[in-house]
Amino acid sequence: MSTPEAKSNPGAHALRIVIVGHVDHGKSTLVGRLLHDTGSLPDGKFEQIQVVCRRRGMPFEWAFLLDALQAERDQNITIDVSQIWFRSATRSYVIIDAPGHKEFLKNMVTGAADADAALLLIAANEGVQEQSKRHAYLLSMLGVSQVIVLINKMDLVDYSESVYLRIEADYREFLAKLGIQPLRFIPIAARDGMNLTEPLNDVAKWYSGPTLLRALDELTPPDPEAEGPLRFAVQDVYRFDERRIVAGRIESGTIRVGDDIVFSPNNKTSSVASIERWNAPVRDSASAGESIGIMLTEQIFVERGHIGSLDTQTPIETNRFRARIFWMGTRPLSTGRRYTVKLLTQEVECQLVSVDRVIDATSLDTVSGLRLSVARNEVAEVTIQSRSSLVMDNHDKVAASGRFVIVDDQNVAGGGIIFGGHYVNRGRVRSTNIFWSEGTIDHQTRVERNGHRGMVVWLTGLPGSGKSTLARALETNLFNRHMQAYVLDGDNIRHGLNSNLGFSAEDRVENIRRVAEVAKLMADSGLIVITSFISPYRLDRARAREVILSADVEFIEAYVAAPLHVCEQRDPKKLYKRARAGEIKNFTGIDDPYEVPENPEITIHTDRESVKECLERLLDFLIPRLQLDVAEYEI
Amino acid sequence: MEFSNTHLDALENQSIYILREAYRKFKRLAMLWSVGKDSSVMLWLLRKAFFGHVPIPCVHVDTSYKLPEMIAFRDRLAKEWGINLIVGQNRAVLDRGETFPNGRITRVECCSFLKRDALQAIIEEKDYEAVIVGIRRDEEGTRAKERYFSPRDKNFEWNFKDQPPELWDQFKTDFDPGTHIRVHPLLHWTEVNVWEYIDRENIPVVDLYFSKHGMRYRSLGCAPCTKPVQSRARTVPEIIAELRNTKTGERSTRAQDQEAEDAFERLRASGYM
Repeated sequence: MSTPEAKSNPGAHALRIVIVGHVDHGKSTLVGRLLHDTGSLPDGKFEQIQVVCRRRGMPFEWAFLLDALQAERDQNITIDVSQIWFRSATRSYVIIDAPGHKEFLKNMVTGAADADAALLLIAANEGVQEQSKRHAYLLSMLGVSQVIVLINKMDLVDYSESVYLRIEADYREFLAKLGIQPLRFIPIAARDGMNLTEPLNDVAKWYSGPTLLRALDELTPPDPEAEGPLRFAVQDVYRFDERRIVAGRIESGTIRVGDDIVFSPNNKTSSVASIERWNAPVRDSASAGESIGIMLTEQIFVERGHIGSLDTQTPIETNRFRARIFWMGTRPLSTGRRYTVKLLTQEVECQLVSVDRVIDATSLDTVSGLRLSVARNEVAEVTIQSRSSLVMDNHDKVAASGRFVIVDDQNVAGGGIIFGGHYVNRGRVRSTNIFWSEGTIDHQTRVERNGHRGMVVWLTGLPGSGKSTLARALETNLFNRHMQAYVLDGDNIRHGLNSNLGFSAEDRVENIRRVAEVAKLMADSGLIVITSFISPYRLDRARAREVILSADVEFIEAYVAAPLHVCEQRDPKKLYKRARAGEIKNFTGIDDPYEVPENPEITIHTDRESVKECLERLLDFLIPRLQLDVAEYEI
Repeated sequence: MEFSNTHLDALENQSIYILREAYRKFKRLAMLWSVGKDSSVMLWLLRKAFFGHVPIPCVHVDTSYKLPEMIAFRDRLAKEWGINLIVGQNRAVLDRGETFPNGRITRVECCSFLKRDALQAIIEEKDYEAVIVGIRRDEEGTRAKERYFSPRDKNFEWNFKDQPPELWDQFKTDFDPGTHIRVHPLLHWTEVNVWEYIDRENIPVVDLYFSKHGMRYRSLGCAPCTKPVQSRARTVPEIIAELRNTKTGERSTRAQDQEAEDAFERLRASGYM
């Protein structure tokens, strides 16, 4: 084997750049020109295009360098993603020339999904257009964080500083809403090669920033997520010889020989006996990005789709989650249809529960509230339920396990990123190895007879926030709709099932655990269970959620919100008064904290709306979920 | 030694991931072995992915016009590495003598009969669901637009205008009966990367790539349509150094590409590799 020194360019990571922007704002021209000006074109290519253009009686067209396909030359639109290599004095680049035409969203997504950085192109004479915004929105979803904005065709506005500054201000404001902080704005005129490799100098004395090439050279290659929580996605288990090798890729974090690895979703644990590679130096660890194999000390059941993690940082495991998605399918994404979600190496059949809001990517406004479908090219926030548990992360915690694609009839038709998922420390959850008897009357049968799904509506909020009032009003309303509803509250739980529990921290945890288990059983039997407990701690509510989701029952966390001073003013049971007087200890809101829900399914502000209005809001949210076309979905 | 994620490691890891996905997803899977440098790297990556094993058959489409050194190299490697070698050939056309070297048809037609049709015949005969092919995006314009998992329809055709989206390493692996998938694990490599990797891993390649009497082959195909280039590069590091400074296209020595402006593009759309 040769030494590293023998290689002329060891360790050079080619930076992958995607170029996006509105149609005709000059993407392909920019790439063609950049290749030419950096001397990256093969000999004869420039001349070849010159001949082609002359033969067609047209001026030299830079875009032809990339649009190698005949069909594209005729249409003058980049249909698909081209990948072109070029090299500056300091490093190499792969440019992905993504199409700007609206119909070609899927190709743009293909190009942008694995880019390290993006160039957003805006023509100075047209300013910020629909796709300038739409593409930026998608970049933010796809996780491309390094963005340079190029204001192109500056020659058409006589290199006007005021035009440039106006566009910059417009766009900066929009990008800020997406959480994108562009690294730079750069004025260019791609067709003439202005400010690509050579500075503008005389034509725009007001610009003192770098050329495009220098700005590119300043970009830092992305760090593999070696420091993040360990996520080892199992691809396969091989037995080619006497060894049983669990093969897969480290998506995040680092795995080491001797580590105890929890494989989710079935949460069996074994430790790493060895890390296997072929014809490579032996190392006892592997980090994000590495395709490796491991051998385990115990022969536990592991298969494709399992995700390995350390027991201190386990992922979310759920069959119901919320996500921000984009849809590329010809057929709309809709409730009542079956899809497959692919997340890392997991593939699970799933169904759309609800479209919570459709987003206008150009204004970021909510186009529509609750709806039953998402059309092609739309972006939306949705709730998805899968037939079996999926292992995942919130996208902002671990990107690789926080994103998924949706397959509709063999085709990848959408993609999404997960948010608002709840983590439960698996190491601290009590094991449940009790044999579960499966009667012949199953959940589905009960759901069909009731005409609605079983569900747990978990009301949480300060004392006096209005939980009990709302719970009773909801129960009555549902009852009048011929739905089976039942309220669990302090009155019927504290005095019976939990009469042996006091108000110590330990007892409060146990109180909530029992409520969750009872609610699970009742909801599994087909009831809509409305729980009305302060349940002040996030961890307890997260555990309740997990207990209930484990029975394939919907869990709706409803935050009944009202400011403390309002609750204290209401004080229906005069408890605040007594707490202030020191007669009651550990009173939530006074001398014990209330942890506000971070991502409740719904928040009801009882200080802003009447009971009737609050109830209507809650019903608007719940009824479509209760009446979901249950026959379509066999659990 | 502390691990540093070099560019070659990143390329290798990605290719291994793709090969393992293909192996898991397709029960009837084969690798197309052209006996060139890219194929050598691909075979090596198969052994990386499967811990020293080559668990799938390797198909060589023999036009009968291949350079003789290539056949000798193929047979030697197949034996040494325990490869299940399957040779395909369009016997009918060869028997009728309808080939370019016989002066009866054009280069492009010849490619189409002896390579494309022969490949189609063997895919149909063996009923392969997927074939691994060592093309790269930097080779040529139409290949730049390829996907890692690229479907071919019943007529063997590539619909480049309507390709499946590919993001976050989720690939199209479901397809209708009669169609098949081309898997391209080297798509993201460049010609220089291939040689850098051959150098690092000591991968055997056919001697034709190394300079003799001031000439070497840069790309290997059929003898009548492939010409050597002027070169003094006699070792792998010398080839790498040479490629870093060249501005000539890799396939410029492949005569069939030059017959018409879109010759290669049409060949590919109809099912060429």
